[in-house]
Amino acid sequence: MNDFHFHTPDTLEEAAALLAQYDGNAKLIAGGTALTTLLKQSLVQPEHLVSLHRVKGHDAIEHSGGALHIGALATQRSVERSETVKQHAPLLAEAYRRVATVRVRNVATVGGGIAHADPAMDPPPSLLILGASVKLLSSKGERTVALADLYTDYYETTMEPDEIVTELEVPDQPAGSSWTYIKYLPRTADDYATVSVAAIGVLDGGKVADVRVGLGALGPTAIRATALEDAVRGTTPTHDSLHEASQSVLEIVDPIDDPRGSAGYKRDMSAVFARRAMEQVLGVATG
Amino acid sequence: MTTTPIKYTVKLTVNGKPYSAEVPTYRTLVDFLRYDLGLTGTKETCSIGVCGACTITLDGKMAASCILLAVRADGADIQTIEGVANGDELHPVQEAFIANGGFQCGACTPGQIMASKALLEEIPHPTEAEIKEWMMGNLCRCTGYYQIIDSIKAAAETMGKAAAGTKG
Repeated sequence: MNDFHFHTPDTLEEAAALLAQYDGNAKLIAGGTALTTLLKQSLVQPEHLVSLHRVKGHDAIEHSGGALHIGALATQRSVERSETVKQHAPLLAEAYRRVATVRVRNVATVGGGIAHADPAMDPPPSLLILGASVKLLSSKGERTVALADLYTDYYETTMEPDEIVTELEVPDQPAGSSWTYIKYLPRTADDYATVSVAAIGVLDGGKVADVRVGLGALGPTAIRATALEDAVRGTTPTHDSLHEASQSVLEIVDPIDDPRGSAGYKRDMSAVFARRAMEQVLGVATG
Repeated sequence: MTTTPIKYTVKLTVNGKPYSAEVPTYRTLVDFLRYDLGLTGTKETCSIGVCGACTITLDGKMAASCILLAVRADGADIQTIEGVANGDELHPVQEAFIANGGFQCGACTPGQIMASKALLEEIPHPTEAEIKEWMMGNLCRCTGYYQIIDSIKAAAETMGKAAAGTKG
């Protein structure tokens, strides 16, 4: 690991000013569970590290206006355990519960995880289908970006180098919806997913009133399977109809070979797990 | 490039004792504990936060010291395996690991003990499923996991009785 100058601002505004001052040569560190590993492996070599460990607050989890408002410095463990989150968006609590281990979630923050932009992380598929957005702060001011517009590539976002995630806003899960987060783990329980699928479904009189499907670890970013959703919405779902509809995800996934599976295997599994997730949330017996 | 590493003064508490030290900014907490403070009970094995050997508590919460920069722990209250026993009197979790064969080579044991203790402080009577979920990030390559689960169950019982005793 290279050495670096270490800055300890007391507020997010001071942190934003430091990021602007060092103009792309500084990295922000909160929990540091992801960044420290990248530093140790010399995958990032910043001249300056701006630490948020002295910043007070920005870790509250609140509900107002039909949405959860989660401070960026809340730990991932606190989201998983929050009764407010479980009440309004149980899918989100489950997605955070599946990240790595308790030891990592105790330290890793919500904002850090979002900015890290690893496409195999657990929360993004759920955040996408819940319609989440993030508030960003820089020395130029604040803006809000939908999760759907945040990720561009592996570890790449539309954030500017001097922007800080300050809050995650997650609209409530639809009333009466069923949900699931399937994390396919052929190796160990704490691993990154080989394939992951988050889904929400609402049935009305046996027909699909609402269905949303998000895919993780299947490309450079988390992916929302909109063509699949369109094909299933309004239908009376069966195992066969969902099997057929789920083939459309093969067109949108772009996985890589890694120790968790070959690209071809992950591709095949994407349609299988998309179907299983829909079967779960739409009350269809797996055939 | 600098030839002398950039240093930063860290003030933190380890096992109740305050320390102040100048450390290179790249120093991880596990290296700080082992090489600067001589507290070699905490082990580094995988170095990427996966195996659990370096488990400590940071402000009361279980954390991996190999992926925590020492400078990031400035101001924190750290507990390590060296602070678990009270002098010669072992902690009930340590006693339980001895009584139930919870270790063989011992390399993972400080981390297992720290994780188990943190579990029982948060969930005093965990179910087997809760034990497995909590401990899944602590790898053991020799004893296997059932004796570790048995050790935790035994410690929960001992600590539960002790707590009931103090209430009465």
